[in-house]
Amino acid sequence: MNFTVDGRQAFAYTAAHDVDAAKPTIVFVHGAGLDHSWWGLQSRYFGYHGRNVLAVDLPGHGRSEGMPLATIGEMADWVLRLLDALKLPKAAVVGHSMGSLVALECAARRPERVERIALLGTAYPMKVGEAFLDAAKRNDQAAYDMETIWGHAPQVPLGGNPNPGMWMYGDTLARLARLAPGVLFNDLNACNSYAGGEAAAAKVKCPVLFILGRRDQMTVPKAGQAFAQMLPGAKVVQIAPSGHSLMAESPDATLDALIEFFRA
Amino acid sequence: MAAGPKYPGFDTLALHAGQSPDPATGSRAVPIYQTTSYVFRDSEHAASLFNMERAGHVYSRISNPTVAVLEERVAALEGGVGAIATASGQAALHLAVATLMDAGSHIVASNSLYGGSHNLLGYTLKRFGIETTFVAPGTPENFAKAIRPNTRLLFGETLGNPGLEVLDIPAVSKVAHAAGLPLLVDATFTTPFLMKPFEHGADLLYHSATKFLGGHGIAIGGVLVDSGRFDWEKSGKFPQLTAPYAGFHNMDFEEESGTRAFLLRARREGLRDFGACMAPMTAFQILQGIETLHLRMPRHVENTRKVVQFLAAHPAVEKVVTPELPGHPDHALAKRLLPKGCGAVFTFDIKGGREAGKRFIEALRVFSHLANVGDAKSLVIHPASTTHYRMTDADLAKAGIGAGTVRLSIGLEDAADLVEDLGRALRAAQK
Repeated sequence: MNFTVDGRQAFAYTAAHDVDAAKPTIVFVHGAGLDHSWWGLQSRYFGYHGRNVLAVDLPGHGRSEGMPLATIGEMADWVLRLLDALKLPKAAVVGHSMGSLVALECAARRPERVERIALLGTAYPMKVGEAFLDAAKRNDQAAYDMETIWGHAPQVPLGGNPNPGMWMYGDTLARLARLAPGVLFNDLNACNSYAGGEAAAAKVKCPVLFILGRRDQMTVPKAGQAFAQMLPGAKVVQIAPSGHSLMAESPDATLDALIEFFRA
Repeated sequence: MAAGPKYPGFDTLALHAGQSPDPATGSRAVPIYQTTSYVFRDSEHAASLFNMERAGHVYSRISNPTVAVLEERVAALEGGVGAIATASGQAALHLAVATLMDAGSHIVASNSLYGGSHNLLGYTLKRFGIETTFVAPGTPENFAKAIRPNTRLLFGETLGNPGLEVLDIPAVSKVAHAAGLPLLVDATFTTPFLMKPFEHGADLLYHSATKFLGGHGIAIGGVLVDSGRFDWEKSGKFPQLTAPYAGFHNMDFEEESGTRAFLLRARREGLRDFGACMAPMTAFQILQGIETLHLRMPRHVENTRKVVQFLAAHPAVEKVVTPELPGHPDHALAKRLLPKGCGAVFTFDIKGGREAGKRFIEALRVFSHLANVGDAKSLVIHPASTTHYRMTDADLAKAGIGAGTVRLSIGLEDAADLVEDLGRALRAAQK
């Protein structure tokens, strides 16, 4: 569904439902270089189970217009302005990778508006290797290859996909091929430069869930666990077979963890 | 250039992609899930599966764990986002067309096609309101000139039939994309070992898996693969994928799944309603073939080159038609797009017309006389005395077939035995 934020078209997948102010809302925020459809099964579930779902395309991604936003803080402010535009006073925010930092910042900046946050495939600091950043800056195919290979558990190319008939590497590469030049670098740079984690964590008042892939090569679970220590009371779920792309690699386990979190 | 991580090689993917050892039993080989349906954990689980909130299998017409291994493996070998296995190659072509268009749509297709595909496009689909214009594929502008406002697809074979014209995929895909259209190719003759059409610009492809993918001649099947690279939304010509569909919960497939839109509709509508799915045993059998594809294809090419060399120099042979030879109009294009070889199917013309062709076929001992290609065993057919026997020589010529044209599919036998068999039969044909 298209909305208007800052005078520009902004897209958020709503699972074919109108936004109803009487329902609780979950905002899903994608990771670097991706879009709303990365949340396919999980966002659809909540959209058909009594909640407003806003699986956003951040500016410059998917169907949302505009240049990509340069910092995690700007992305968080944009998400909060989307809630303003829809007159939604409160929402939970679920973020993956870069989107998890956006969720954290949303909860820190407007604790009265953010009811819960779930941080998937995350680490803080979210440092990106120099070679990866450099390749992304040059829009080199090597950057898309790194995002694809490191973005999944090592066994993914040799194993089965829970989504029948789909090839995860091919899907990621096809998504990245649609990106405008510079978008992946923008996003990786935003992750790499983000230094507000400690300050943000100190301001978070809401329940927090971490969902970590035990075979994550991009945000390794050890780093995710360390991040969780910064948020006392945060619940951590580790999904054994999954790498960084939790929603695709372990869609049911990821969904079950979210259902449990939102049921509490 | 930045040093990056590496993808598994083709040979490794041919053996492993799509399957890890069975978590229930530890089975290393792909288990044959010979089941129609799958028990739901509870009502909530059932509802979630039906509404596409969870991944999994419901009914084997839509998906099956054994078939899914084949689908993922072929998608991995081709570099696609995913694949759908079908009852045959013809079913794969039909599924592609039926997913993308309605009555009133139009296709521009190469006129150098397998006869079954020509029948489907030229006659059968016409009955359902889908028209096709056939063009000579050698000139990419021919495709451009035939595009109409209602055109929805460009289509050709990587190696055409019977002339083995090499489809200039880079040029034809440019024509397609400039018109906001996808290019579909039949990649049966080349397999992903010899060429990956998506790397050259094709958007969709399919195989008759009956042929080289299986390689054993024991199972009929097809596989339709999507590159995920065609932007249906941007094209604006495919409401089937970009507008809510009442036939599936008002789903907008592109909005729902982005790169997976085509396959999502093809599976959720095409397999559900047309039902031309693949059986799990067939998928298992084709997987056994794919596991040695990277070993078989070089031998197919090597044997073919030896046979071509022999025939091209034989006094009883009028001409040999294969882009492997410098005299073929697409020889240079083949060097560029098919550097590993032009497969194992080609034709030659025997001197002496129909009667010589018949005598030749009947004298062969190693080659099997039948209507198939891409088997591990060498195959032969003489169209003028079999598939096209009712046609006059003049009508045959119009179809690009001579009275003495013989089609060979070169197998994996000892090349010396193949050459000896052909030599004996050629001598018999000239008596």
